[in-house]
Parts: sequence; structure tokens; C-alpha cells
Amino acid sequence: MPEKYHIKTQPVPPVSPRIGKYGMVDWREDCARCHNCVKKACVYDRYRQEADYIRNLSDVNALFFDCMGCFSCVQDCTKGLLCMSINPEYQKMGNSYWTPDIIKTTWLQAETAKIPVSGAGYRGPFSGKGFDSMWTDMSEIVRPTRDGIHGREYISSSVDIGRKLPYLAFNCNKTGANASPLVSLPMPMIIDMTSPAHTLPQLNPIIAQTAVNTDIIAIIDSRQWQGSDKQLRNIAFYIADGEDIPKDALKKTRLVEIPDGAKVIERIKEIKKIQPGIVIAIRVELTSAGVERAIKLAESKEVEVIHIVADANGNEIGASKPRFIKDMTRQIHTALIEKGCRDEITLMAGGGIALPEHMAKEIICGADLITINLPLLISLECHLCNSCKPGMVCPAKLEKIDINYGVGRMTNLIAAWHDQLIEVMGAMGMREVRRLRGDVGRAMFFENLEEETFGKLFGSRKNN
Amino acid sequence: MASFSVPEKTIKDILPENTLKTIVPQEEVTRAVKTAPSRYRNEIAKFIVHRNLNCKRCGKCAEVCQYGVHVLKPGYKYFAEPKNHLCIGPSCEKTGNFCVAKCPNGALQLKENPLFKALGDYRWPGDLILATWKMAETGDVPPAEYGYEYNCGNSGGGFDRLRFKFPDKPPVKIDADKIDTSISLNKRGDGRPEIKIDVPWYGGGMSFGSVSNVTQLSKARAAKAWNTFTCTGEGGYMERMRPYDDHVITQVATGLFGVREETIQRVPIVEFKYAQGAKPGLGGHLLGDKNTPAVAKMREAVVGISLFSPFPFHSVYSIEDHQKHLDWIKHINRRALISTKVSTPTDVDMVAVGSYSAGTHIVHIDGGYGGTGAAPDIAKKNIAMPIEYAIGRVHKFLADEGVRDKVTLIASGGIRSAHDVAKAIALGADGVVIGTVELVALGCVRCSRCESGRGCPRGIATTDPELAAKMNIEWGTQRIINLYNAWRKVLVGILQRFGMKSVTELRGRTDLLMHLDYTNDVGAKK
Ligand code: SF4
Ligand code: SF4
Ligand code: SF4
Ligand code: SF4
Repeated sequence: MPEKYHIKTQPVPPVSPRIGKYGMVDWREDCARCHNCVKKACVYDRYRQEADYIRNLSDVNALFFDCMGCFSCVQDCTKGLLCMSINPEYQKMGNSYWTPDIIKTTWLQAETAKIPVSGAGYRGPFSGKGFDSMWTDMSEIVRPTRDGIHGREYISSSVDIGRKLPYLAFNCNKTGANASPLVSLPMPMIIDMTSPAHTLPQLNPIIAQTAVNTDIIAIIDSRQWQGSDKQLRNIAFYIADGEDIPKDALKKTRLVEIPDGAKVIERIKEIKKIQPGIVIAIRVELTSAGVERAIKLAESKEVEVIHIVADANGNEIGASKPRFIKDMTRQIHTALIEKGCRDEITLMAGGGIALPEHMAKEIICGADLITINLPLLISLECHLCNSCKPGMVCPAKLEKIDINYGVGRMTNLIAAWHDQLIEVMGAMGMREVRRLRGDVGRAMFFENLEEETFGKLFGSRKNN
Repeated sequence: MASFSVPEKTIKDILPENTLKTIVPQEEVTRAVKTAPSRYRNEIAKFIVHRNLNCKRCGKCAEVCQYGVHVLKPGYKYFAEPKNHLCIGPSCEKTGNFCVAKCPNGALQLKENPLFKALGDYRWPGDLILATWKMAETGDVPPAEYGYEYNCGNSGGGFDRLRFKFPDKPPVKIDADKIDTSISLNKRGDGRPEIKIDVPWYGGGMSFGSVSNVTQLSKARAAKAWNTFTCTGEGGYMERMRPYDDHVITQVATGLFGVREETIQRVPIVEFKYAQGAKPGLGGHLLGDKNTPAVAKMREAVVGISLFSPFPFHSVYSIEDHQKHLDWIKHINRRALISTKVSTPTDVDMVAVGSYSAGTHIVHIDGGYGGTGAAPDIAKKNIAMPIEYAIGRVHKFLADEGVRDKVTLIASGGIRSAHDVAKAIALGADGVVIGTVELVALGCVRCSRCESGRGCPRGIATTDPELAAKMNIEWGTQRIINLYNAWRKVLVGILQRFGMKSVTELRGRTDLLMHLDYTNDVGAKK
């Protein structure tokens, strides 16, 4: 068996106080001072931890909120003095897309590198917008096309980035003599640049080292690069329009990204002249023209990789009724199939990928791989409070972050995502993530299921 | 299709004696409802009545309140803490007996309990949990004044958006005691026992390991009382379960934990678990912490090691392989019915027909949103379709193949209320399997911590002896018996309103349903 892709992880505890969903409010005044106070019986020992926490308190405003919500103490207190409440700090985190629950699970994975497991079934809404309007398939007793996997260790998550040959041509007894370069990644993920709102220069070294540790690639603006040459194998420079090409450093990288623009083909040629063996990705912002532009670009023989990027919430940029990244990806993917060039182009997609299932679902919708940034930021205990501006206080103290902590947390998160990708692929009976791309047969979409099931019985859906 | 099923009319002649009858004497459990109050001192209340220092202890509030919230015990100087959980809340204002208004000293205040916001989730809102607790306590639905929504949850889709179109008045009047809620589990006519259960549901598989033996036994005893079934799950067959053998389904799952020839011979139904809705395609997990010495012994495993049941059955890659497995079990236990439990992939209909042709008696489809055991969060909401979509699909496909009346279709994965049961049946199932609701009846608050450390802090889904001791078997049994009673009442009420004598008449009656998000004018659409 060839060596397996394995990310080394170790637990990295949080540096800030945990922000739990529930907390206890204690109306002490009537307390009977019971010998056997229910607080001693908390299975999770929360009250003792709270006492310790308060004793060592450095931040006066912080409250201890880490109750697991079992209601046992509330219901057993002799005087009924305890009241559980939802932590307002918790509810305040993130936004409607990056919900507190997403932030919390990201923190947990960044701490433990483990797949989050819980009991008592699913607790959420029936379906939702975006990625929540699809389900991945699984394979049961029979599945003619199933890979017949015998274990997760046989599932490959690697992808190739670059332009692929439509067919093999034999030339002077050499196969693929004119094949374009390819970059192989052990997992379908690239770390994208952080959005301008969250760009903190001290994060770049952490991101670069995380890319090295996980052997994926991080896109970093060439103007901000200060890392070591050894890391360059796992770095892709983003070279803005009009910027000088960092010739020497570029030779040590495998992938580079440039913005889309009128002269993008010339820019490709320019870079290829310096470094013919490099793969070039074009960053296409998914504005209202983005989908058409991506399709158009794919027709050009010079284009190898298209990196489509929606906004942070996965929406079409600047639209009042935005399309969602998964739908835009499907559109592009399908159009490329119709044009007969889908397999030649690599499609990377980013924006709104918040959870590992989004990675799998986005690939099913047609991306070869995904790009993320916010989840990595969140892994550093960021609350997405958008205070990362000079003069504002970052609750995660990202300005003073320790590199080992940062790399550890990000690496853990990526490892946990990788494991979860393997889990869903195992369920689908898929042995290769390459084959998952665009395989909508491995997914079920809300609209289709509704129409097939309830549409037939009950007419048209009202809110369509 | 029919050629697949082997006629077994003569099995009695060729059977080894011990596979025909139960060996251990069976214990009786009565179905009678008895009050089984909460095992916690403070019940969770939706509203709080606060009495301030203006109270002159005149006793007016105790006199007017119809619900016994205010108690001034004889000989006591002060009022006891108001029994908030009994208070019906602001709707009391209209009754004319509103303590807050009647108090001459303005000493009372009524508020929503902030605690209530922390209870429940989309699928199981606080109302549904409290109402289920009430049913488990009293054997009846909570009085209407409390205004609990206990027919559905708040998930915004599926069952929660389906409603029955009840006629203004029943087409025929049928007495409640004339209504038959039983369903038959063997429709194959293959000479194996014609097992009937008195209510169209049975308890789902929860292994010893995932829940305590008190929980397992309570479920088994309630199944006995109601002439239905419970399931051992994958994790062995406790000896203490044997007095209820006749109401136990034992599971054969991919890990084969605790499966022995002898355990298979004990029961009237054997279930093949291919997948489960909570983690479709992922097999089973029991985290190391819960693998205590007792669990390890039963599963013939090493203490403290995480136990995984692989996915899939590595000996089953075709319907023929599946049939081979069924034949094996049918041979070992000549009286057993076979249930095949599968999850809900796109081709769930094909899987169902395949299982039928392999010889199963029960096709059990388990949708993604239920489950009680530990499951990766990623699996819970993302893999396989919700049961609401699967039922109709399978029902129709079986009908189109002409075998619908030869197999029992059981649905599970998010059945939380009697209305869910009725909706599942109206969509095309014969009956359902329930899981979470039984745990809620036992006092589960759905904190979803069942998986780790010592397990459930409320002593339900745990093997920690100290935690498990929080509950006793008599109480647990009674709670589930009471719940069943309340559910059956609701179900009978539904059938009465439709003028149906038997729950079997409801099957597949999608014409009696409507969906709140649809125009419900399907005739017009065509
Ligand atoms: S509710 Fe449960 S977890 Fe929270 S403090 Fe009380 S006993 Fe501990
Ligand atoms: S009616 Fe008012 S004053 Fe009288 S006992 Fe009740 S709370 Fe006190
Ligand atoms: S509001 Fe009504 S039910 Fe509640 S305590 Fe007052 S009188 Fe009783
Ligand atoms: S741990 Fe929580 S969710 Fe699980 S059974 Fe116990 S009370 Fe219910």
C-alpha cells in the first residue's frame, strides 16, 4: 500500500475563555446551603471549573459559560434557584451565515482535530438555503456503480490542478509529450487569501506553515510574502495586476494566481515564459458577470485553472437577489461539459465554504477543489466580530498570536475536515474525490425531492 | 417476484423443537396507566409566577387558581414556591380566575420562564418535550389550556409542514373502543407466524452500551404491555431481557457484536441492520468511554476500546448476498420474521423491492433525522434523504411492482408524535419505529451529550452504574406505557375524525393530507 496521506495533529487548547451556548444563572439569595448541593453533582464538574475560573480571572468582564445544558442541576436544586440561559455572548457571535454553531464546531475541531460527534439525532431545521438544501447520497446493499470500498484507508482525496489533456497523443514514442504541468494536492483544499476585512499580516506565517504541515497550498499576496524558501512549495503567489513578478521565488512554487482582466492571456504568457513548469490560476470574482466570464475563459487554450470566488457567505457578489456558489458552480460545470472542455480545466471554488460538508457538496456541484479562509481564521478563536481594525479590540487577541498555537489549530481543523470528507465519501461508496466532482447523482437536491414527493401530491410550492 | 419466496408451509414438521417456542417463562406487564411523575424535584415550567413582598397571605390566589399553582399548606405561615409548571400562563387572563388580576395586593407577576428558551431545538421544541413528559406522566395529552404544540416540531419542512384535512364532522361515528390500531407484520403468507402488534409502532434498536439496561428493560416491558416490540440494537442480548423474549427484536448488524445462534433463536423477529438514519453509510460507533466491563463482556470485546461496526456488510454486495443472509437466519430460527433495516439513499425504493425479493417480511426504512446514538454531526443532517421523502417513494414502488401487500413497510427517523405516526402511515407506511421519544418519556432533554464521557447525565443513555441508578425499571416502564397510551388516544382520535375503523385504512391516504407550503390544488395543476 502506498504511503497514506496523514496529517499529524495534537490537541491545542483555546487561549481565551470558552464561550459555551448555555450558562447558569444562580439566584443565590434564597440558597439553603444544602449539604449535598446539586452543584457538586454536575457530571461535567462545571461549577468547580467555574469557581477555579473566577479565582484566576484576569478579565473582569468574562463570564463562565460552559454548561452542557442537561438541566440536571436546575431540576434538582432544593430551592429551584438555578436557571439556565442561552449565553448572549454566544448568540452574538458570527452572523446569519456563519452561525454561532458553526463557529463553535470549528473551535472544537481546531482544538481536538476530531470529527464532532454527538448523540440524540439531528436538531436543526429540515432544510435551508445554500448548502443546506442538498443531501449527499449513501450506498446501501446494492449499487452497481459503487466502488466496493473495504475501508476508509482506501479512499483517495487527492486532486490534480492544471490543464489536462483531452486524450493522450503518442509522439516520438513519448506519451504526453506536450502535457501541461500539474500540481497534485493530497486533499481538495487550498487556503485562500483572507478577505481585506480580516487581513492581518501576522497571520501569513501561520498560514504558510499550516500549508506546509498539511501539504496543501496557501495563496498569499506576493506583496506580503516574507516566508522562507523552504515553504514555497506550498505557497501560490497571488500576483496583482501591474505587480512585478517575483521571478526567483516563483521558480520554487508550483501554482500561481492572477486576477482576471482584459490582458489576462498576455499575463499568462509572461509568467509561463519565466517559469514554464508553473500552473496558473485565474481568479474570477463571481459578480453578475462572473459565471459567464468563467465559462468564456475556459474556452481559451492558455487557461489551466479558474478560481471562482463568491462573497464570504457564498453569494454572488453585489447582487440584490444573489445566486449561491453551489448553483453558480453547477452552471459553470454544466456549461463546460456542454462545450466539451470540462475535463481540461480545473475549477477551484471559494466563498461560503464553512463546514466540511460544504467541501463535499461543492465538489459534487462541479468544483475540483475548494478554497477556504474564514474557517481558518475562526479556528484561532475568532468570533467574526469584524473588529480586526486598528483601534478595536479583537476578542481572540489575534494581534498577539503564538505561531505554534496558530499552526496547530489550523492544522487540526484541516485534519478534521479531511477525516469528515473521507466519512461522507465512505458513505457514498466513493473511492476517489476526483470522481466525486460533478457527480450530482451522489446528491439529492431539496427542489427535486420536494417536487417529486410533495409537488405531485400538493400542487406548486408557494414561496417559489 | 413471488418465485423468490420459498413456501414454508411445512416448516413445523422439520423444525428443531427449541426454535418454535420461547424457552424462558414470559413475564406479564399490565398496560394500565398509572401516574408516573417527573423524577426531578423542579419541573421545567414555561411560565413563572412571582410573588413579591406585598403578599399579605390572604389566600385569594390559591382560591382562584384552577390549576393548583399556589399552595399554602395548613399550619404554614408562608406560601410554598408556586408550582410554576402547572400554570397555564397568559391565556389564564381570559378565564376570569387570573391570580395576578385577583390578588388584592398586586403581589403577583407572571413572566415567561427564561429557562424555557434554552430547552429544545427545531425538531424538538420545548413544547413538544414538555408535552411528551406530561404524556409519560399521565398517560394522556396535556390539557388544551396549556396550549402546548405537541403534534409537530418547528423544523419548517416535512412532517412539520404537513397537516391532515379533517372533515368538518366524521363521515360515520365510531366509538373509540371499536377502533383497531393493530397492524400485521407478516404479509408474506409464508407459513411463518402472523404476528400482530396492537399499536402501529415499535421501539427501535438501542444497544446496551448506548443506553443503560434500565432503559432497555423499561422499553422491553412497555413493549410487552402493549403487545408490540423493542429491539436490542447491536450490542448483545442481556439475560435480563429474556422474560420479554416474545417482544424483542434482535439485531444482526455489520459488527456482529453479541450475535450468537442462541440469541437469534430467542426471538420472533430478527432485524438486519444495513444502515441507520443517524449516520447512514457510516456503520456504528461506540466510543471507548462507554465500553465498560459489562458492555465489553456482552460484546465480547476489550474494555475501553472504541467499537466500530463497519459499513457496509462486507459479505453483502448484492441482493443475492442479502438473500443468503436471510436464508441463514431463517434456517437458524424457523419461526422468526425478518426485518431489513436500511437507510434512505436515492435508490431506497430499489433497495426495498430487492429486500422483499430476498425474502424479508419487514422493510424498515430509517431516514436521516432521527437516531439516538452517537453520530458524527456531519452525518446527521447531510447524508441520505429525510424519511418524509422516502416513504411515498418506497410505498409506490412496491405497489407498482405488485408486492405492496406482501411486505410490511416500517418508517423511522424523526417520528416524534402520534401525528407523525399518522402522517407516516398516510404517506404509505404500515407503521413506524420510534426511538428518541421513548428517551424523552424517560426524561431526556435532548442535550445530545449521550456519546461521551460517562454518558447521559440524566441516566438514560449511559452505562455508568451511578448515573444509571437515577432511574428505576418500574418508573421507566410506566412512563413509556403512559406515553403509548396517550399516543394511541391521539391516533384513535384521528381515525375517528376520518371515520376509519382501522389504522390500516389510513395507509397511503395522501389525499387526506395537505402541505402548508403548497397550493394544495393538485387537481388544478394537471
Ligand atoms: S445543567 Fe447540567 S451541565 Fe449544566 S451546570 Fe447543571 S448539571 Fe452541569
Ligand atoms: S392573592 Fe396576593 S396577597 Fe393574597 S396570598 Fe396570593 S399573592 Fe398573597
Ligand atoms: S396565572 Fe392562572 S394558572 Fe397561573 S397561577 Fe395564576 S391563576 Fe393559576
Ligand atoms: S445525554 Fe441528553 S440527549 Fe442524550 S439521552 Fe441523556 S438527556 Fe437525552
